[in-house]
Amino acid sequence: MTTNLEVKVWRGKEEGGFVTYEVPRFDSQTVLDVVTHIQRHIDPGLSYRYACRVGMCGSCAMNVNGVARWTCRTHVAKVAPDNQLELAPLPNLPVVKDLVADMTEFFDKWARARGQFKGSKTRHDDFAMVEPGSPERRSADEGIECINCGVCYASCDVVTWRPDFLGPAALNRAWTLINDVRDVGQAERLLAVSGDAGCHACHTQGSCTERCPKHLAPTAAIAGLKHLSVTTLRRQK
Amino acid sequence: MTDTVTQVRLWYWGRISSMVLAFCVLVHLAVIIYAVRGGLTGAEVLARTHGSWTFGLFYTVFVLACAVHVPLGMARIVRESFGWREPASNALAGVFALLLLVLGLRSVYGVVLA
Repeated sequence: MTTNLEVKVWRGKEEGGFVTYEVPRFDSQTVLDVVTHIQRHIDPGLSYRYACRVGMCGSCAMNVNGVARWTCRTHVAKVAPDNQLELAPLPNLPVVKDLVADMTEFFDKWARARGQFKGSKTRHDDFAMVEPGSPERRSADEGIECINCGVCYASCDVVTWRPDFLGPAALNRAWTLINDVRDVGQAERLLAVSGDAGCHACHTQGSCTERCPKHLAPTAAIAGLKHLSVTTLRRQK
Repeated sequence: MTDTVTQVRLWYWGRISSMVLAFCVLVHLAVIIYAVRGGLTGAEVLARTHGSWTFGLFYTVFVLACAVHVPLGMARIVRESFGWREPASNALAGVFALLLLVLGLRSVYGVVLA
């Protein structure tokens, strides 16, 4: 392939603008390959974030032609049939520089949703037995492959409208822990995710589920939290 | 800030009222379409509804469901779209609920009993 890609890349912080680069087009080229080419061969000052390059670490997500995606596993052929790319940092997060978004708030919300495992056993106890086919384990399995890329959070309109909303990733994490039979922090967690900025703020629009590169369904996890909060309330009457 | 238990209750009431509304709106539309096939004057409508306990009960439930559901949605909209704070959006919802309740029940009274 000999054609070039026309790539517009966000340069600057919150204030800034798009700079256009010409990048050679290759077979099986990913969007991350394009960004790496710009930094290594055209403009060494370009800042972006990546680590594993194989869809495991969740650090390379960006807005590609207006849609949040993991760039290491997004082929140019899929998103730029006309050989034009526009790359910007993830929406709903502050910009550190160029394509690097500040993930602080994203992970703080994991903590606010009680995303930490809280067990009761020590290393001296025997292994906990978790039945693989149990409903709880299967529900946890459905959400446990999250790689914290932030694509769902960047795609969520409710986060845009209400920046205090915990967001799909944190709520999905809480749902996997609620289904962890070893965890002993459930009441605290359910209270943390049922508040004003928690699961009930979700409008079930499903952008998170549609965009999740791991094909998880945070929408279903949030629906599970809503249902659980109501059934818990009715049980306590 | 509204406490968590109240938030969950409000969400639950929003869900229940939406189910009631879905039923009421369908019945309401079906009755309208059925009743006006051959043309219908206001006087003819009132003649049918006046003194009807079925109409009265149905539209009272309809009004109650609206008075619960609409203010909850409105509070959400002004917070998300216009950035209102919670006390202000709650106050608006309360006033609007009262308005819907008074106007709605007054209409039911007018159509069924007056």
